[in-house]
Amino acid sequence: MSMLTRTAGYGPENARTRTVREPLMSRMAATLVMAVFTLYFLIPLWWLFVASTKSRGQMASTAGLWFADWQLWENLQYVFTYDGGVYLRWLANAVLYAGVGALLGTLLASMCGYALAKYAFRGRNLLFNVILGGVLVPVTALALPLFLIFSAVDLTNTYWAVFLPSLVSPFGVYLSRIYAAASVPGELLEAARLDGSGEVRTFFTVSMRLMAPALVTVFLFQFVTIWNNFFLPLVMLSDDKLYPVTLGLYAWNSQTNAVPELRTAVVVGAFVAVVPLILAFLGLQRFWRSGLAAGGVKA
Amino acid sequence: MTTTGPAATAARTARGAPARRRRSSHGGAVAVLVSPFLVLFALFYLAPIAYAAYRSFFVVEREGTFGAATEVFGGFAQYRQVFENDAFWASLGRVLLFGVVQVPVMLGIALLLALLIDSTLVKGKRFYRLAFFAPYAVPSVIAAIMWGFLYSPSLSPFEVVTSNVDLLGSSLVLWSIANVVTWVYIGYNMLIIYSALQAIPQDIYEAARIDGAGQLRIALSVKIPLVIPALVLTGVFSIIGTLQLLTEPQVFRTFTTSVSSTFTPNLLVYTTSTVPNFNLAAAFSVVLALLTFVLSFVFLRLTQRRAFQ
Repeated sequence: MSMLTRTAGYGPENARTRTVREPLMSRMAATLVMAVFTLYFLIPLWWLFVASTKSRGQMASTAGLWFADWQLWENLQYVFTYDGGVYLRWLANAVLYAGVGALLGTLLASMCGYALAKYAFRGRNLLFNVILGGVLVPVTALALPLFLIFSAVDLTNTYWAVFLPSLVSPFGVYLSRIYAAASVPGELLEAARLDGSGEVRTFFTVSMRLMAPALVTVFLFQFVTIWNNFFLPLVMLSDDKLYPVTLGLYAWNSQTNAVPELRTAVVVGAFVAVVPLILAFLGLQRFWRSGLAAGGVKA
Repeated sequence: MTTTGPAATAARTARGAPARRRRSSHGGAVAVLVSPFLVLFALFYLAPIAYAAYRSFFVVEREGTFGAATEVFGGFAQYRQVFENDAFWASLGRVLLFGVVQVPVMLGIALLLALLIDSTLVKGKRFYRLAFFAPYAVPSVIAAIMWGFLYSPSLSPFEVVTSNVDLLGSSLVLWSIANVVTWVYIGYNMLIIYSALQAIPQDIYEAARIDGAGQLRIALSVKIPLVIPALVLTGVFSIIGTLQLLTEPQVFRTFTTSVSSTFTPNLLVYTTSTVPNFNLAAAFSVVLALLTFVLSFVFLRLTQRRAFQ
């Protein structure tokens, strides 16, 4: 009976009252869960910030989650001048490896993914499947054989040894192919052809613009992959002037037993390296979501 | 437009179909677009894999004790060593145990949080989404260093805990590492699942509500089944990540002696290569890569879905 009344036009209104009448207990339980996890995720970052503002003595002796004497500027000065300012160099290296690497890598991946989506050519499916297989190959598995190959041509311990392998992103090709298929209409390419535009020129002038939001996602994914790749620089680089910031902090951290004052440098250095990333990530979150949606829906 | 997974795929395929059927004569353009990636892919993906497999079939022989070392073809000699190497199997057992516990916990929490953010139960969804995703911006090395400090009795703000429980001791350190990985990746996995939830059309919920289903019932019988493809995807990537575990234990070696140089398979590979015994290290890598592939494949089969098409 009630079923009948509901379907007879009361549906939406009924649904609305239901939303309002969400039991108080469930709402409180849900909010509690969210609060607990917010603390879990944010307290370590809060600690890192607070610890960065303290002197070495107070870092160990005062309450970890609240401020003592404000020493942030002194600490920053210490990190950036330690060992001839090597930290700044590490940051610059990381930007070079991850920033430039991801930029170029995104370009290469989008060209390939676009061609896979928009042209029929011999061996296309084979090529796509091989590249997909590459998605499942973890970057750590490649580092050692890459080291052997690079040492054969005497290129270990150079920028190239970390930069060149980082350019390759099979996942980027996979995403680009999906985006190109979804966002670049075939009719538009046909029109460009009639206008006498070459295929490659059309890609750079028309198609790439249509794919632009998606390319931001590809860039982000690759940026994180390179930024997080610890094993490759670890096996490739022995000159600490070439280190990305993660490897540099790792190296500092392994010396803290011998050089205790380096602990401040590690904590403050970690804080400085993390802040711009978190801000950039949060600002660009919608690109993550759209990208993950496309990738996940397809999967 | 974008409905459930299979439907969206179908729609996309349908749209792409005419382009595929049209016989193109753009060989030149295709070569220009594809070859830059392809060359690098061959050099830095395919060649290393092939080279590792090749090296794994060689053994080093010396003439006498101090004679010059020469590499000779040794067939499966390295692989026999791999299978007789207790440290390798111990490390593999360790990461499998890690994976069996950590992956379900991490994905379970990610699913729970995604469902809560997607529900009408909580306010301030935007804030939670940002807060939960923030750890993903922290590189694993830095996350491991940070948690290493938080676990250390001398520096931790949770002194009550760390002075009574040795989080870096040999019995707990594996789970301390698991916590670092979980902390970094919950938000990322949550976002994947949440994106899948957002793709579900609202009228399905409307229909369920009219049928008298509550929030919990909708979550269990409508939402979760529809996001299973996303869960499978996150599951596969988590399994691969677990087997390749390296960064966090390597960093933890600077905090504690209870992480041995053969703690995970990849640490063992690294240690073996610094001996240096590249051929054995290569054989370890090949076996590990094959196991990773087999496990991902079995997982996909068990979950009865196609992760990639």
